[in-house]
Amino acid sequence: MSPLKIKKGSTSHSAYNLRPTFSDTQERHTLAVLVENEPGVLARVIGLFSGRGYNIESLTVAEVDHTGHTSRITIVTTGTPQVINQITAQLGRIVSVHEVHDLTVEGRSVERELALFKVTGRGEDRVEALRLADVFRANVVDSTLESFVFEITGTPEKIDAFADLMRPIGLVEMARTGVAALSRGAA
Amino acid sequence: MAQMTGAKMVVQALKDQGVDVVFGYPGGAVLPIYDEIFQQNGIRHILVRHEQGAVHAAEGYARSTGKVGVALVTSGPGATNAVTGLTDALMDSIPIVVFTGQVPTFMIGSDAFQEADTVGITRPCTKHNWLVKETDALAHTIHEAFHVARSGRPGPVLVDIPKDVQFATGAYTTPRQMKSHYQPAVKGAIEGITDLVAAMEKAKKPVFYTGGGVINSGPAASQLLRELVEATGFPITSTLMGLGAYPASGDKWLGMLGMHGLYEANMAMHDCDLMINIGARFDDRITGRIDAFSPKSKKAHIDIDPSSINKVIQTDIPIVGDVGHVLEDILKVWKARGRKTDKEALASWWARIDGWRKVDCLSYTPSEKTIKPQYALERLEALTRDRTDRFICTEVGQHQMWAAQFMGFEEPNHWMTSGGLGTMGYGFPASIGVQLAHPEALVINVAGEASWLMNMQEMGTAVQYRLPVKQFILNNERLGMVRQWQELLHGERYSSSWSEALPDFVKLAEAFGAKGILCTDPADLDDAILEMLTHDGPVIFDCLVEKHENCFPMIPSGKAHNEMLLGAAETQGVIDAKGSVLV
Repeated sequence: MSPLKIKKGSTSHSAYNLRPTFSDTQERHTLAVLVENEPGVLARVIGLFSGRGYNIESLTVAEVDHTGHTSRITIVTTGTPQVINQITAQLGRIVSVHEVHDLTVEGRSVERELALFKVTGRGEDRVEALRLADVFRANVVDSTLESFVFEITGTPEKIDAFADLMRPIGLVEMARTGVAALSRGAA
Repeated sequence: MAQMTGAKMVVQALKDQGVDVVFGYPGGAVLPIYDEIFQQNGIRHILVRHEQGAVHAAEGYARSTGKVGVALVTSGPGATNAVTGLTDALMDSIPIVVFTGQVPTFMIGSDAFQEADTVGITRPCTKHNWLVKETDALAHTIHEAFHVARSGRPGPVLVDIPKDVQFATGAYTTPRQMKSHYQPAVKGAIEGITDLVAAMEKAKKPVFYTGGGVINSGPAASQLLRELVEATGFPITSTLMGLGAYPASGDKWLGMLGMHGLYEANMAMHDCDLMINIGARFDDRITGRIDAFSPKSKKAHIDIDPSSINKVIQTDIPIVGDVGHVLEDILKVWKARGRKTDKEALASWWARIDGWRKVDCLSYTPSEKTIKPQYALERLEALTRDRTDRFICTEVGQHQMWAAQFMGFEEPNHWMTSGGLGTMGYGFPASIGVQLAHPEALVINVAGEASWLMNMQEMGTAVQYRLPVKQFILNNERLGMVRQWQELLHGERYSSSWSEALPDFVKLAEAFGAKGILCTDPADLDDAILEMLTHDGPVIFDCLVEKHENCFPMIPSGKAHNEMLLGAAETQGVIDAKGSVLV
């Protein structure tokens, strides 16, 4: 039972939970990923996030070039700068991915999300709901004597704010598309 | 364009890709392809005894030739049995193409007999995969599969072919007609290369840390590496995967680094002021404790995969590109700037390294009664060193680390081992793949008895095709590495780390129609090894070794490079609670 010869000043921490050289600040980034529109491509992208433990705050996907068969995936994710860099590099090496753009670092961009809200109620609540919808420039796309369905477009923050106000009035159901984003300007 | 059936297209595409050997196992969903293989002579099919064996054999073939390895298996269980091999190839960046049969397109999704969602299951364990639903697209897909497997950072790909697509007729596409948007960059940016050369000129304590990427880049990369090392006089160490890129007999060679690496290699990594990572990926077996990893060095990292940069260790000089191309440019720039190094500082750096070398970290207590595993490998090395056509495969565990420590590799592509995934059962089928690629060569699989049993059915393959692979089993009747960790970490409670019913390996060899040799006495070892080497056919060599030998040196989990354990006396209570959760 001879004692262990460990040099002075050594600590005994785990190998995995100490990464002092990397920054710890969490950042929110919006990524635009242009992919070959082929079966399984979305599974590849989502599998990368789940397999490597990255966050997805929102994800939207649709074909944007019907002749070239390319789809655009917009992903909002959070992580440290090192993790965000890893995410873009890992996305870039998927064979069906053509381009990856980190819109948050590549310059100013515009983000929009669409949401549908179902609000039920009678009397004064209905009037208040319509008044708030007007303030937020939400449209009524369906109505009965006891309910409205509102359509609202805006940044995720605007939709959150609208939901917070509608909740006490009678918000019963909500559907959100997730963020679509483009860089500003000609480029 | 020539019209042909999908099955014929597979065979034609393989021929056009220069494939001469396919490792496989037939089944219902690949029968049309097997029918085509039967009716031609250009491609040789090797019948393995388990699909995992087919994929590992393809890996061994690929690793020892630099070509793409090919495996062919059926749907369902054939495909799921291939998953371990695919994952192994992904972790070690080995280029292979695996073909799987699939139930007919109109039955996909109906839970048909031997149906599995093969592309779904293998998506995370391949570089890319395809389910081909139209015969017209088949040939193009196969050519693209080969292109993706070998381009950029190599890796395994899979092509899933439903049976009706194999039967149907379509237009064949030649490799020249193949178009792929997948074109990874191979040239490194000149800014990074110039930064690195400037750092090399000033470095007082530099070290080259090389990995499997040098091997993958091709023989020219190894030559350039040798030229660079000799020209600069910098010391060089390598990961397990990179052994052979620089010759073990070279005087700049420090030996392997990492958890069971050499003392001088790990100390040089810890104390260096410039670390030049060439085609390695800062694996946790290499770095140990991240926050104490080479704390004072500037780090350069050359890798063809951008995601390897800054994944684990923050890099000061990142260079994304193919190792061969980048090394060529480094040499050019360094020569053009006057071939400068700090010779005075290098001399004192080498003096320190020589001091570490004197520790003689691989020394062990010899025995006249029992065969020490280290001694067995020293003798194997001594008796086979002169064979330039010697290929060594290994399984996974203590024997693998001892082989890396005690055997010297002079050339790239002569060392086949499962590094990233650590797949027990890899070595035997890999040795079959190597022997197929090099029929006259001496192919030895250094194994532990437990690993070897995991794919022992491949004895059938070795005997059927008269492959004279030598299975050199260091038999300690234990799961040696598990036992070692239980001794160091788990209070010597040896939970399920020994086998009570091992076969008689000599009789086992004879049962398969091969030769078995048992050796128990150190005095008999040389003669027994020579008997193995001179026998023209497959041999199982059962070398009964010391049962409780531990593998040293060792960096325990959660420790830094300068906290190595050199021998048994230092092992008590060394890994703390936090370290013990690591693997």
